Order: sequence, then C-alpha cells, then structure tokens
Amino acid sequence: MSKKVVMIRKIVVMMMAAILSLTMLAGCGGDKNAVSTDGSTSMEKVIGALGEVFQNDTGISFTYNPTGSGSGIKAVQEGRCDIGLSSRALKQEETDAGLVGTVLAYDGIAIIVNPKNSVSNLSLDDVAKIYTGEITNWSKVGGKNAEIVLIGREAGSGTRDGFESITNTKDACKYRQELTSTGDVITAVSQNPDAIGYASVASVKEEVKALTIDGVAATEETIKNGSYVVQRPFILVTKADTPLKGAALKFFDYITSADAKEIISKAGVVPAN
Amino acid sequence: MVITNKKSYIKQTTDYNTKLQKKLWYKGSKAQRLEHIVHGIFLLLGLITVGCVLLITIYLFISGIPAILKIGIVDFLFGKEWASTAAEPKYGILPFILTSIYGTAGAVAIGVPVGFMTSVYLSKYASPKVKSAMQSAVGLLAGIPSVVYGLVGMLVLVPGIRKIFNVPDGAGLLAAIIVLAIMILPSIIKMSVTALDAVPKEYEHASLALGATPTETYFRVSVPAAKSGIAAAVVLGVGRAIGEAMAVMMVAGNVPNMPDSLFQSVRFLTTAVSSEMAYSNGLQRQALFSIALVLFLFIMLINAALNFFLKGEGSKSN
Repeated sequence: MSKKVVMIRKIVVMMMAAILSLTMLAGCGGDKNAVSTDGSTSMEKVIGALGEVFQNDTGISFTYNPTGSGSGIKAVQEGRCDIGLSSRALKQEETDAGLVGTVLAYDGIAIIVNPKNSVSNLSLDDVAKIYTGEITNWSKVGGKNAEIVLIGREAGSGTRDGFESITNTKDACKYRQELTSTGDVITAVSQNPDAIGYASVASVKEEVKALTIDGVAATEETIKNGSYVVQRPFILVTKADTPLKGAALKFFDYITSADAKEIISKAGVVPAN
Repeated sequence: MVITNKKSYIKQTTDYNTKLQKKLWYKGSKAQRLEHIVHGIFLLLGLITVGCVLLITIYLFISGIPAILKIGIVDFLFGKEWASTAAEPKYGILPFILTSIYGTAGAVAIGVPVGFMTSVYLSKYASPKVKSAMQSAVGLLAGIPSVVYGLVGMLVLVPGIRKIFNVPDGAGLLAAIIVLAIMILPSIIKMSVTALDAVPKEYEHASLALGATPTETYFRVSVPAAKSGIAAAVVLGVGRAIGEAMAVMMVAGNVPNMPDSLFQSVRFLTTAVSSEMAYSNGLQRQALFSIALVLFLFIMLINAALNFFLKGEGSKSN
C-alpha cells in the first residue's frame, strides 16, 4: 500500500516539475527597450548596418532574423516582430490583411557570369530567353560555343521572385542549379565558365562579372533613375491598425530619415528617400 | 597508506560497509526518501529523450498529414512533378524519394567497402602507431561540419566532375553521392573497428594454430564474429547519408528533376524541406512537413528492417 502511495507521489512530483520547466520556457517575454526585425535575407547588409548604428547611438537593442521575405511578412502579421523586411512588393492578399509597405531602398539585381565569359552585355529579352531555355548556347548571344548553365535561387526566394517577375519568366525558368543563398550562387558561377546567375548588386564580388543590361550597367545612378531595369524595392512591412510605438517607431523614423541615407548607400543599395 | 595485509583491508572495508548500512538503517525513512527523489530525477532526465521523440513524432504526424490528404496520397507519393510556387502548384515527391534512395545507395556502395576495408586494416594489420594516427584522422573527419564538406564539394568536386566527364555543370547526383560517401566513412570505420577489436583473440589464435593465414583468419573468423557490429555500422552510415541536408544542398543542384542520370541536377528529401522552408506558406509549408514525415518514416523503416535482419541473423547463429 505505502509503496503505491510513494509511487503516486513520485509521479505527481515529476509532473509538477515538468509543468514548471515548461512554464519557465514559455515565460520569456518581449523586451520593451528593443526593436526586432524579421525577413528578407537580401536585406541583411543594409538592415544590419542601420541596426548597428542605431544601437550604438541610442542604446536600444536591435535584432534581425534573416528568414526570408515571406517569413518576415508573416512574422509581422502574427506580431512576432516589430518590423518585417520584404525584398518584393507586397501582394494584394497581404495588403488586404492589413499590412503596409514603406520603401526603404531599391536593390538592383545583377546578372552575373564567369569572368572568363566573353559576353558582357545582354538585352532583358535575351536574359528571359536564356532562362526559359529558348537560348541554350552562348554562341547565340555572341559568346563561344558552349551550353549555358543556368544558376538560380530556390522557390520562394525574394531574389528569385524579383528576377522572375522583372524578366517575366515566372515558373518558366529551366534551372540547372537552385541554390539557397546569394553566396552559393556567386560561388557556383565563379566555378563554372559557362554559368549565368543572378544576385543582389550589393553582394556581387570580383569573382564574377556583372553584365550590362541593354547597355546599362547596374550602378546607383542607373538603378535610381530606372534605366537599369532589373531592380526591386526593399520594403519595411508594418501593420496598418497597430501603429509602431517606442523603440520600434524610433528605429523606423531613423532609417527612413535623411540621416540614414549614407549608411544605406554604403550597403550597396539605393536609398528611396 | 600502504596495504600490508590484503585480508585485513577487505575486512576493514566490509566492516565499514556494514556500519554504513546500519547507520542508514537507523535513518531509514530519510535515506529512502532521498533515494526516491534521486530515482525520480533520473527518471525525469531519462524521460526527456523519450518525450522529445514522442513530441517530434506526434508533431510531424499532425502537421504532415493534412497536406497529404489535401493533395491525395497517390498524387503526393507518386507524382513526378514538384512545382510548389507555380500558379498551379504541383506536389509530387517521387523525384525526391528516388533521389534519396539512389543517393544513399550510391554513398553506401562506395562508402561501405572503403570503410570496411579500412577498419579491417586498422584493427588487424596496422601497427599501433599507424593505427592511432589513422584513427585520429578518422576522428577529425567525423568532426568536420557538413557545411565544410559542402563548400569543398562546391569548389573542388563540382568543377572537377565538370572537367573529367565533360558535362556542362558538375553539380548533381554523382557529386552528392561522393560527398555522402566521404561523410559516412568515419561512422562506419569507427564502429567497425570497435566491433573487430572486440573479437576474442582466442578465435584468431585457434584459426592461426589450425594453419590459416592471417588474412584468411581475419576474413573468415574475425569479420563473421564481428558482423553484427559491422552491420550496425552500415545502418549508422545509411542513417547519416539519408538524413544529410547541408552538404548535399550545396552540390546536388537542387532542381526537382527525376534522377535519370548521374549528372542530373537533383533534390533530396532533406534538401526539399530545408531549401523551401524559410519562404514557404500555406499548402506549400504543409507539404514540406509531409515530406519531412515521409523522410521520418523512411528512416524508421530502414532502421526497423535492418534491426529485424540483424536479429534474424543473430538467432540463426545461436
């Protein structure tokens, strides 16, 4: 009998301990004196730079969770972060759900090839034809006789979405490789003389060659004045019905102010304000 | 203290033990309670593992089943096309399933013979110095993070395959198989060496005394005696190969093609989940959970089949 009682007691103690530990885990609340952002991996550089300066100047702690545009938008919607970051324009269903987008900057998407490739200019139309598999050999666009290897990003990536919507090749791209980060795309293109890929202008390095599109190179000026056509907006996503408060509002005002301009352009993108 | 008389020392300690027991006996209830508490703590810690497994299993089933029902189990498992973000999305994961099977089989086909021979060499032929040097090298190989395997694969293996086989691009099934084969080597070697080292020396001595050569002895006596350990090593290798995502994602190309050739750009079950999870929503996200569920069942099935096979072998030889 007494053994049974002890057993029951033991079980009760164990359950209580389990419940206690669970509530402790769930108990971490949000910090009032902090601003959290969540979203586009393409915006890492610019938002990271802004966050760092903001944190140093005000002492308000800043966090950035690089999850992707879709996740960031969802995080704002569910109240898991203060400001969502999206590297594509908001969809109709997202604005219908009460979200507002504010353009922070414009990002040019560079079309990159291996430095050994003799081709240095393509028309936007050619780029689209190459990615849809209509043109499969570099000789058709003035290069050597070699099969074109198409490198792209994974489905759902902001850069891919940007690229495909600008070139009007949605769901029609015949990728040879779908990689999950800008760095991987650059590495893959730098390792294959016949490859073509796309990446944020800000992240293009010397290992690859950025093509001019219709004769226009991707520079700050050409992106801003719209003559370089492969470009997309970087958007700050907030909720329409719950205005930002405290630290988050301070941060939002700061990064959309003229003071932040220099930091934004240093990060390789073109400030919108 | 120098023990001069072993017997008296033993007596002393037994005396001490009985004293201790008596002491405990007097304070019986308190000690018992303490014992129960300690027992409870250990049980709780043990249950954490079981709890995690249960939680993951239940969670996977709950989040994985809705999409399968929505898509239809036949369309899902045997559909040949995956286009999750298209205007008319298609969710067929047969390419991923076949890729995972081919990839794992290829990795095992390369990794197991190499790993097995290496472990026979290390356990039986190598001199102690060579053995310790090679074993630490194997240990190091096991400690290399998978992203490093992926990076090296991207920079060396993929361009290498491109040049050697004269294909437009080297990323694909073959590159993934080679990376996986190297990644499963350490676990196969380590476990096989342990199993082979544990074979009683008497077996080998008896065989040698009967006139068998060392090589005959190792392959006819030691290896069969260690076969369950070696088979377990293979299971571990299969498990690691089928579950690897990061390294594979960097070298396999990740396009959801059917794996018709070694140079085809392919997507594994693991990479299908990890490459799209970050940006997914709605049915796409649910379908990714369903893929995870399929992968989970796959690993359970493989483990169960091999365990069954091992047990069957064990009871036959007894």
